[in-house]
Amino acid sequence: MSDTTMTEEKPKKKIGMAKPPLPAWMDYGVLPLVNILFALFISGIIIWLIGINPFEALEWLIIGSLGGSYELGYTLYYTTNFIFTGLAVAIAFHANLFNIGGEGQAYVGGLGVGLLILAVDQYLPFWMILPLAIMASAAFGAAWASVPAYLQAYRGSHIVITTIMFNFIASALMTYLLVDVMRGKGQMSPESREFAEAGHLPFMHEFMANFGFDLASTPLNVTFFWALICCVFLWLFIWRTRWGYEIRSVGANEPAAVYAGVNPRRIVMMAMLISGGLAGFVGMNEIMGVHHKILLNFVSGYGFTGIAVSHMGRNHPVGIILASLLFGVLYQGGAELAFEYSEFTREMVVTIQGLIILFCGALAYMTKPFVANIYYAITLPRNGKEA
Amino acid sequence: MEQSIVILLSVLDGTLRVSTPLVLCAMAGLFSERSGTVDISLEGKLLFSAFAAAAVTYVTGSPWVGMVAAIAISFSLSMLHGFACVTHNGNQVVSGVAINILASGLTVVLGIAFFRQGGQTPTLPKDARFTPIELPFAEALDSIPFIGQLYAQVISGHNILVYLAFLLVPITSWIVFKTRFGLRLRAVGENPKAVDTAGIGVRAMRYKALAVNGVLCGIAGAYLSTAQNAAFVREMSAGQGYIALAALIFGKWRPKTAMLACLMFGLLDAIAIRLQGVMIPGTETEVPVTLIQALPYILTVILLAGFIGKAIPPKAIGIPYVKER
Repeated sequence: MSDTTMTEEKPKKKIGMAKPPLPAWMDYGVLPLVNILFALFISGIIIWLIGINPFEALEWLIIGSLGGSYELGYTLYYTTNFIFTGLAVAIAFHANLFNIGGEGQAYVGGLGVGLLILAVDQYLPFWMILPLAIMASAAFGAAWASVPAYLQAYRGSHIVITTIMFNFIASALMTYLLVDVMRGKGQMSPESREFAEAGHLPFMHEFMANFGFDLASTPLNVTFFWALICCVFLWLFIWRTRWGYEIRSVGANEPAAVYAGVNPRRIVMMAMLISGGLAGFVGMNEIMGVHHKILLNFVSGYGFTGIAVSHMGRNHPVGIILASLLFGVLYQGGAELAFEYSEFTREMVVTIQGLIILFCGALAYMTKPFVANIYYAITLPRNGKEA
Repeated sequence: MEQSIVILLSVLDGTLRVSTPLVLCAMAGLFSERSGTVDISLEGKLLFSAFAAAAVTYVTGSPWVGMVAAIAISFSLSMLHGFACVTHNGNQVVSGVAINILASGLTVVLGIAFFRQGGQTPTLPKDARFTPIELPFAEALDSIPFIGQLYAQVISGHNILVYLAFLLVPITSWIVFKTRFGLRLRAVGENPKAVDTAGIGVRAMRYKALAVNGVLCGIAGAYLSTAQNAAFVREMSAGQGYIALAALIFGKWRPKTAMLACLMFGLLDAIAIRLQGVMIPGTETEVPVTLIQALPYILTVILLAGFIGKAIPPKAIGIPYVKER
């Protein structure tokens, strides 16, 4: 019935009955932007309520995060972590899996790279440690994801719950290892010994000095390049390989994928292992790039933010880079704001982050009818005339 | 012998105290999950309502007014969760994560703005808290070995919210399994389409479940900051919302078994507190308390793996209900 009315003779009725889908630039560009503005608007109200001029705060936020090589360095350092956790959530999401265990996987990934460097930094040169470190962080992160993945694939337990549990288990394990096992006798702070020089990744300011650039000294290190390389690899993997195609097909329609000969259990394992490995690279950035020793709580929420990053970036590497940059600006700019105003604290950044996840994630489609109506109001009459 | 009984009684006493918020949150989670809405935001609601209870109690001097505020806050967050997941079909896990992060940030921001004590609320005086109640004959029975002591030292002497929490378990059980509301609640979580066909609003049912959920979490929050402790401290929920979620799953989404799971997790916690700094007999090493504290999570994973029975969740859990057009 509806098919017969959808003929070219009654174009006006067709438009009235079924509106054309929103173009991609609306769906991927305008809609997330509107959602961010909503979140920032509410944040602005809260900032205003605690006695700060929100416009001044926004100005400080931007200057404090993008205003110079020092500020930008910190921003990109945070961005690096968000890219990894965002990609981790995204690859799992393409297989219709919700990995909220990025926090624990990053933590254990850091343990892996740390243990490796502690074992070999006296004997091997940097260029040999580097590939081993990449493998160690990925392997430990993937190993931590493998148990929830196995339980999801073969025992039918829900991955959201098991990954939450594994976050807590990771936290307890790390506390136990650092406090009770690795801490030397008479040492107060729960951390390992400092790595030798061969186990340090070059900081960006050191690295760029080789090319004559003079950058401010920041925690930003060459892991940033690795994050960008991972984005390219992941894009190739998801959209240009057979495995990526199988992951997407299981995520989109599992029965159809099974009918086409895909083994969904293998796909669950594959997607989750890659996801855990990517999250593990946060450990490399933090442990090998910045702290140069294993310590407690270096993940501090990057894993959870990855959920927001991936959701905002629509699970696409380009979107994830942009969303990571946004959260980097928020983290670094927020830290600067905390210097500027005594009322503004780190928790304000956490609050804004929560609002962004709420509006860009959970309420992502709240504004869609509204935005769509405006779009149709602008575009449809013209289309009608053309017809 | 005498001393081991004293230790045992104090551990059991501690178990009841630390299990109370778990029981309340697990019952809260039971309502929403039975109706088909995943609720990871138990943690955030617990935290935010603890803050509201402490702040309002400090200002008004009455823990009851504080509890009303806690319930109001937790109820609002539940409705927000419903607005995102039930009305707008948003992702339930993302919404829960958002509420948790929001609560973790906003409680400290507001705490600093209101009280300027680094995110804490001022310590409450004794008469502004829920204080222990002596049950009748407790003193008289204390002299009877073990059974009398159990009554006098473990069961008696808690504040009213502890008794309320454990009273709510049979009530929850009765509501969920014996009333029309409960039948509809379970049906909406198993097969929403059938419920819809019978002319019952799926969304309305899920909102009602979330409303109950909000009230229960609010009581749990009030317990944390105005009964168990005397102030709000940042991050004071410390993962208890997640433990309650684990207990709910461990209890296979049933009130009584969930309560038993809460008691077991509470017991582990009470033992862990007791063993802080104690040496393993015959060795130089301390008991790894952090690992004992991780046991609830490990046990839940083992259960989920299907090695201790099988936990089968409500069938429609996590799936937004969309009416066919």
